Amino acid sequence: MSQATAMPVKSSGLDGMLIGLICILGAFWSLMAAARGVDPQMVAHGWLMLGGFIIGLVLVVNAYSANGRVEETGLYHDNVIKAGAIATMFWAVVGLLVGVVIALQLAWPNIFYFEQFGFLNFGRLRPLHTSAVIFAFGGNALIATSFYVVQRTSRARLAGGLWPWFVFWGYQFFIVIAASGYVMGVTQAQEYAEPEWYADIWLTLVWVAYLMVFLGTLWKRKEPHIYVANWFYLAFIVTIAVLHLVNNLSIPVDPFGSFSYRVFSGVQNALTQWWYGHNAVGFFLTAGFLGIMYYFIPKRVERPVYSYRLSIVHFWTLIFIYIWAGPHHLHYTALPEWAQTLGMTFSVMLWMPSWGGMINGLMTLSGAWDKLRTDPVVRMMVVSVAFYGMSTFEGPLMSIRAVNALSHYTDWTIGHVHSGALGWVGMISFGAIYCMGPWLWKKKGMWSRALIEWHFWLATLGILLYIAAMWPSGITQGLMWRAYNDLGFLEYSFIETVEAMHPYYIIRAGGGLLFLAGAILMAFNMYKTITGDVSETEDEVTPQPRAIPAE
Amino acid sequence: MADTPQKPSFHQKFFEKNSLILTLGVVVTISIGGIVEIAPLFYLNSTIEEVEGVRPYTPLELMGRQIYMREGCYNCHSQMIRPLRDEVERYGHYSLAAESMYDRPFQWGSKRTGPDLARVGGRYSDEWHRDHLIHPQSVVPESIMPPYAFLQDAVLDYSTITAHLRVNQFLGVPYSDEAVENAVADLEAQVDEFSSGYDDLIARYPGAQIRNFDGNAEVITEMDALIAYLQVLGTMVDFSTYSPDAEANQR
Amino acid sequence: MYEALAGFAQTWGLLFFFAVFIGVLVYALWPKNREKFDAAARMPLNDDAPPSEDGKKDESNV
Repeated sequence: MSQATAMPVKSSGLDGMLIGLICILGAFWSLMAAARGVDPQMVAHGWLMLGGFIIGLVLVVNAYSANGRVEETGLYHDNVIKAGAIATMFWAVVGLLVGVVIALQLAWPNIFYFEQFGFLNFGRLRPLHTSAVIFAFGGNALIATSFYVVQRTSRARLAGGLWPWFVFWGYQFFIVIAASGYVMGVTQAQEYAEPEWYADIWLTLVWVAYLMVFLGTLWKRKEPHIYVANWFYLAFIVTIAVLHLVNNLSIPVDPFGSFSYRVFSGVQNALTQWWYGHNAVGFFLTAGFLGIMYYFIPKRVERPVYSYRLSIVHFWTLIFIYIWAGPHHLHYTALPEWAQTLGMTFSVMLWMPSWGGMINGLMTLSGAWDKLRTDPVVRMMVVSVAFYGMSTFEGPLMSIRAVNALSHYTDWTIGHVHSGALGWVGMISFGAIYCMGPWLWKKKGMWSRALIEWHFWLATLGILLYIAAMWPSGITQGLMWRAYNDLGFLEYSFIETVEAMHPYYIIRAGGGLLFLAGAILMAFNMYKTITGDVSETEDEVTPQPRAIPAE
Repeated sequence: MADTPQKPSFHQKFFEKNSLILTLGVVVTISIGGIVEIAPLFYLNSTIEEVEGVRPYTPLELMGRQIYMREGCYNCHSQMIRPLRDEVERYGHYSLAAESMYDRPFQWGSKRTGPDLARVGGRYSDEWHRDHLIHPQSVVPESIMPPYAFLQDAVLDYSTITAHLRVNQFLGVPYSDEAVENAVADLEAQVDEFSSGYDDLIARYPGAQIRNFDGNAEVITEMDALIAYLQVLGTMVDFSTYSPDAEANQR
Repeated sequence: MYEALAGFAQTWGLLFFFAVFIGVLVYALWPKNREKFDAAARMPLNDDAPPSEDGKKDESNV
């Protein structure tokens, strides 16, 4: 046993001082923004941020109260992951709820719009929904699981003292600034990159800290190899940093104003934005969650990944090819045709690495297929990988120009996105949470296996309703737009195509409601697992060590 | 096995390097695609067509564009007509890159829950837009668009308009120094047909539409700005001078 | 300029990508690496060495 193991050491305090300094500087800037903001949104955000930074400062000081902060070097740092798991569930419920609301607005506009509450209109709530599910729910799931995985596969405690907590709270702070901004109308009006410049700068800071914590933990590792899940997490963190920086290059109208102008305009702006947008899918919603797949599926079924070699080829081909695929969002637009063709070619090629990864995930179960029947968590993760395979087949198909001519601008895209987001991202995250819950809180299992079963079936049915509504809706709309009558005139006016969507929008809202219900069951189940008595549960998991094994 | 003090430190040093190599490998791998696709757009002359008539937005239109973005119109309306027969017949001439070359950000959109707006300018009267924005179902009963009645009461805040134009000028949008200095005057002139600034405004922004857009002469509202923006969309290019087959427009 | 760039991309670019892909394949399939990869694949499963110390509480961080 090496000497450092399990020996609490006194923290140097540098981490706390730096974070404290960030809070003080942030509070100072926020106060200026509150006092001198040139628009009411900036003033409101100034006060909000001031509050956030003061709370942050109090938390830092509190961490050092009594007789200094002690660093437990022999134990994994699990508290920040517990917080992350709770935040993941919280934002899942919020994001899905907003999604159900905007689905209802499209189904019954006369009931769900309020003339006196303009800020609740679809245009402001839709970014709230997309950001809440992608960045708040998905992001928290990724941060929490990556902290879990990197520690276990490195046999090392999370690096950086207080910095992991800075990453966690800083990220929640970013979400709150962004979300409150959308409702007030603060937006860059670029899909999935709506947060304005000051929120972007803050996220950059948090993200650099995240990267350093992750790399720092890898540097401390006691294993010779870096496990492949960490490769995917690392690619996710690094690439999102690059995308975020390039796509958000902008100049604020005023140092204390909430609006900024993009550095790129028109067609260059369009390509940069979809290079960002598509790789947010590729690296946030795919690479990051593949990290979850490569750790949690082997762990839960207790056998190594089907082919580690395949995972290496999967990794490099996936990240290389994905980055090119963005222009398929701009088929037949004013983007030069060569760029569209490049984007389409690489999108079609992307099918192969994606299915390589899917096969690798599914075949990990070989010899343990009975777990599909007996363990709803395994089933959830396997269905998730199946949805990954389906979406990554559908995506290349839709990126073909001729198909895209029909599918683009319609609900088919929305259906595609949700089979990926609800099916792949949602289900694999739920699976990871069900695994981590008992592991982190040292319980025998989840409080109720029956509720997991219910969650599984509600979620699956919800997704099926959702995509079964959006495919015909999208294809119908696309065909109606291009339909001609015998005299050679367009057969349908635009509003007739809107009317035709009504039944599909109702079914879609129903599907979303089921999926939300499942997530609420999960949150309740987790609450009972953390606080209640689980000695009677049927859901038994193998206990995980909390102390770092010494070799 | 890693008990001796030297060995782990060697391990650490060597593999510290390895994780950096991995990080570097990721950065290089993802940079290739981005650079090869995006960089040429800035250098190839053929990226943007040569057309006549595209001018920067007037201050009022620019403020209207702000409202358009603030309300998230881009979530449901595209501004990009594709060169497909049905789209050209439904919406008008397909969109050119030149038409959005001053747009920061671009608003091409990705979804048509409502119709494309790239050429909505001049298609409907100001009154129609007003009624439609206040209560969409009053003019299109089957519409699922939300109501924007509050725009007619919201006084337009254009205190920062000069800064808006200055930043655009800095980024390369051809606003003259004179246009920046007179931004406030130009904005106020555009809602008043009898304004003394009429001629200056037209000189700076050829073809600008000057009238009271929301029917309320008392005050400049967000409704004024938004309708002014909608009425200019897709109207700038003089298509009589545009030839898609010209050498410069081959893409 | 467009012609030159396109020509370069369609020949040398293609060859370069193909070479990189072969490189990845060779690395992944090289017989000597097999043992290393097999060990790496078992990493998630091997971390349950010592029994957990239940008495200890991780309250070091807030």
